Amino acid sequence: MTRLRWERRAAPPAWLTPALPVLAVAATFALTAVFVVLSGAGPLAAFNELFVQPLTTRFTVLEILVSATPLLLTGTAVAVAFRTGYWNIGAEGQLLAGAIAAAGTGTLVGGLPRPVALLAMGAAGAAAGLGWALLPALLRVRFDIDEVVTTLLLNPVALLLVTGLLNGPWRDPATGFPESERIAASAELPPLLARSRLHLGFVVAVALVAVAWFVTTRTPAGVRLRAVGLSPHAARFAGIDVRRHLLGAALVSGAIAGLAGVSEVAGIQYRLTEGVSPGYGYTGIVVATLGALSLPGVAFGALLLGLVNVGAGTAGRRLGVPSQLGQVVQATLLIVVVALLVLRRYRIVRAGKGARP
Amino acid sequence: MTRPRADPPAGTAHAIEARGIVKRYGDLLANDHVDLTVARGDIHALLGENGAGKTTLMRVLYGLAVADAGTVAVDGRRVEIRSPRDAIAAGIGMVTQHFSLVGPMSVAENVVLGHTDGFRVDLAAARRRVTEVSERFGVPADPAAIVADLSVGQRQRVEILKALSRDCRVLVLDEPTAVLVPQEVDALFATLDRLRSGGMSVVFISHKLREVMALTDRVTVLRGGRVAGTVATAATDEDALAEMMVGRAALRPARPAGGRAGAPVLIVRGLSAAGRHGLPALREVSFELRAGEIVAVAGVSGNGQTELGEVLSGMRRATAGSARAGDTELADTPPDVVMRAGVGRIPEDRDASVVGEFSVAYNLVLEQLNDFRRGTVLDERRIRARAQELIERFSIKAGPDDRVATLSGGNVQKVLLARVLARDPQVLVVAQPTRGLDVGATQYVRSQLVAQRDRGAGVLLISEDLDEILALADRILVLYEGRVAGEVDGAAADRQRLGLMMAGRAAA
Amino acid sequence: MTFLIDLVAATLRNATPLVYGTVGETYAERAGVLNLGIEGTMYAGAFFGFAAAHASGSLTVGLLTAVAVGLAAGALMAFLSVTVGTNQHVAGIGITLLLVGVSEFSNRLVFGGAGTLPKIESYALLSPFGLRALSQYALTYVAFLAVAPLGWWVLARTSLGLNIRAVGENPEAADAAGIDVARTRYLALMIGGALMAIGGAFFTLAALGSFTLGIIAGRGWVCIALVIFGRWRIGRGVLGALLFAAVYALQLRLRILPGWDAVPFELLLALPYLVVIAALALSGRNVDYPGAYLKPYRRA
Repeated sequence: MTRLRWERRAAPPAWLTPALPVLAVAATFALTAVFVVLSGAGPLAAFNELFVQPLTTRFTVLEILVSATPLLLTGTAVAVAFRTGYWNIGAEGQLLAGAIAAAGTGTLVGGLPRPVALLAMGAAGAAAGLGWALLPALLRVRFDIDEVVTTLLLNPVALLLVTGLLNGPWRDPATGFPESERIAASAELPPLLARSRLHLGFVVAVALVAVAWFVTTRTPAGVRLRAVGLSPHAARFAGIDVRRHLLGAALVSGAIAGLAGVSEVAGIQYRLTEGVSPGYGYTGIVVATLGALSLPGVAFGALLLGLVNVGAGTAGRRLGVPSQLGQVVQATLLIVVVALLVLRRYRIVRAGKGARP
Repeated sequence: MTRPRADPPAGTAHAIEARGIVKRYGDLLANDHVDLTVARGDIHALLGENGAGKTTLMRVLYGLAVADAGTVAVDGRRVEIRSPRDAIAAGIGMVTQHFSLVGPMSVAENVVLGHTDGFRVDLAAARRRVTEVSERFGVPADPAAIVADLSVGQRQRVEILKALSRDCRVLVLDEPTAVLVPQEVDALFATLDRLRSGGMSVVFISHKLREVMALTDRVTVLRGGRVAGTVATAATDEDALAEMMVGRAALRPARPAGGRAGAPVLIVRGLSAAGRHGLPALREVSFELRAGEIVAVAGVSGNGQTELGEVLSGMRRATAGSARAGDTELADTPPDVVMRAGVGRIPEDRDASVVGEFSVAYNLVLEQLNDFRRGTVLDERRIRARAQELIERFSIKAGPDDRVATLSGGNVQKVLLARVLARDPQVLVVAQPTRGLDVGATQYVRSQLVAQRDRGAGVLLISEDLDEILALADRILVLYEGRVAGEVDGAAADRQRLGLMMAGRAAA
Repeated sequence: MTFLIDLVAATLRNATPLVYGTVGETYAERAGVLNLGIEGTMYAGAFFGFAAAHASGSLTVGLLTAVAVGLAAGALMAFLSVTVGTNQHVAGIGITLLLVGVSEFSNRLVFGGAGTLPKIESYALLSPFGLRALSQYALTYVAFLAVAPLGWWVLARTSLGLNIRAVGENPEAADAAGIDVARTRYLALMIGGALMAIGGAFFTLAALGSFTLGIIAGRGWVCIALVIFGRWRIGRGVLGALLFAAVYALQLRLRILPGWDAVPFELLLALPYLVVIAALALSGRNVDYPGAYLKPYRRA
């Protein structure tokens, strides 16, 4: 009986990079088709709705960009952290902290000119996200306490903070609903195009992805961060202060996730609501992984998931397939991609070949 | 030249009879028609330097490697050993230097691991079995003790118990005293003595002459993959064994004329450091390295050399003492400070010290990224130019954009060398620089070290390769069990004397 | 006095899903795998247990369905982390997202996405001794009297448990001793998954009698912290679960006391999580993770 085993590769095979997205989508299709069928629709029709239809009208294309905006930010936040070897699973909480700060600042900056108001909100949101990321980062850098658990646990705490504020001091006096007062007009991120929800936040997000790409690939700090993530021992040997870089990456990651919160509050909701984030922080992990932790990859992943989100909504309306199909497709895509990525380093061979030295 | 032969009398079934063992690794002939005959009830030593083939032979016997040729008989019966299972079934038990123990579990659990019958593990029965084996063979151990709490010597006894509880007839120990403190060595010897009285046959792999003389009945000496001789311990002495181990002072390769050594560039005083398991690895080492000389640190692996290199590279903290390079204290400083003090380092584990996913160019400038900026950005052109320059200067057979993970060992070493030498360091701390390299790369690296010395740098060469040391060193320090066992002038050194010091015989 | 009895009863009740989850995650991590799929597994156990009970009218069918879901979830995590050898953080998050997505998808499909779902006849409270404090669900009794001690016993006194511990600490040694490392890890993850799913089903089949979105509310993550807090030991983990549950129960009751109603209840709700983080910060230093934690095993 031939047994199979894994064997390390010398280099990623050339065919894999272009083939991976195709293989991933195909596998995802095969695996999720059963859910589509269960809801009484045809798989091909559903996938048409998910992946093709949204590209056909102006409105839906713009909606894709709207949907991608927070994902560009959380995806970047996660990618920067993961790339350095810091497992920031707390982007969701950091986003909420940023949203809180944005909503708070947004009501205070009424009299200021828009650029100043926006800058103030952005700074507050970034600072809040950074602050939310600070404790786990310090615990990791000083005491070697696993950041996975600490960042993870702060997510529900952030949500509780949001609901606490909304049910308490920030409850809208006018409506009595658990949502905050509307932010001042000058604090709103202006829409970019008529008859669309696409707002300035998209431009900021794209710019941030570009800056992150630039910093990680072109600056000394970025190269050092990558070295720390790839080979902490070699980085330390070369004189790089590993701890300082981990801390820096963790804090920057938190700040960027905070900006995602600002973007949603100031560009879509105009106030703080309980539903301000349907898991964007976790989806950021999906985006970052789909993009293999590279920034251009993050852009691709965010757009792809934005497409799936929009498509899932219309698939819901037109085919009667629950829009949660989008979540299922995203998660399946993530798992498939993460499994396929292993093929970059290892391949399957028959056992028995090669002697152990 | 007749090889001394003192094999046990023919006609009796020997515990182990290995004939004509051949094992190749690529170009390297690790075992060249090796014969080993272990008499029943003997403690038989397998003696040799690093790379002599001892470990390979033992791996073959234990099924961790399969011989290319040769036969093995245990208790007179031919056996095929292709895996540790086969070896255990044939009655061979082995205690390696790396223990195969699960820390948080008890001694009894470790002994019984993988050999439980049934769903339930009867711990009481397991403990009884351990006690029974322990008493029968005189190997003291507490079955309920947690392995992680045990000293290294005690853990080693657990490994011995594991082998004994599988009913082995021959117990092989690979450099068992390498990790023990003197008292534990005595305890081990007492244990082995009791085992022998009980009829167990023991193979004792070592490079330490004193121990071999104290403990064993017969000695087989390996050198360069071949058997240099087999003698009865009672009929020999340390000098004779050393001579077999290292050979006569053969033609020494021509040494480049030494320069005149200048002022001290590295002063080490009372340097102590802990190693793996937290045990002391360096004990109050003191020496001076002067400009324009190569000082070699010789010794068999495991005597503190690794830790010395790590402390001087800023990768390990010293527990006591000092190491000054110029104005900078190195004993407890991070790598970037060490580098700024003008110390260049070539690490022992070269693959872990480069970022494999990065290009050659990036690895070359990794230590000084900030020097290659143009504004806030990295100046790619200058980096490439520098990389190209270093590639040519140091004959690196790779392009600047090649991923370092794809480079051969020799080229990786050249990258590390280039990175370091391009900054004209005053002190060079170099550990095992030619390990695993082919002839061409080896020669290149050595010529570079000599060139640095001629340039006026002080070179500390930590190496397990005696040929290399004899070829290059102006002065030689021998490390044994973490201490400087002796210092010899390079020109006056001979293999025999060095071999003795490396094996624990105090300098004459 | 009744306050205290009430508190004890509530603590035991609240701790129940945490006990299942923590014991389950302990098995996974002792085998060397961090299973971040726990949140999703508990969620899917809650939903599918409920859906099956609702459809069949039988709580037993519901519970068994939850167990099946948990076994499958554990097997999937094992496939990704052991057979394929992917990054365990991402694999676990992916599984959580998948299970939550599939649950909510199915919820929409079957129950039409109404705000509140129909109630089922859930497990009743048992009061064997008539004592208020011991008036608990069967699942709670099972958790403390069976799962916790059995969980400990299997890990400490059986071949399977021995193998799991060896594989998580030193897979090379286990391999050398002839143990099938992959198979052991699969078993550990599947057992763990089944337990986690039961923990989730507790919410829908016992405590609430219905399903709501977000029903797990991060308690899977709490179990991850409790495992570390418990130093990967069942007994200590259960203690941690009781601690968290006690703080949770306490804050619920503090709110109605005079003087405390000014404190926003969300702050009190957040207290348990913060206490766990503080516990980790204080006790989590230099903690001895299982030796093979997060490392896929490949024979060299």
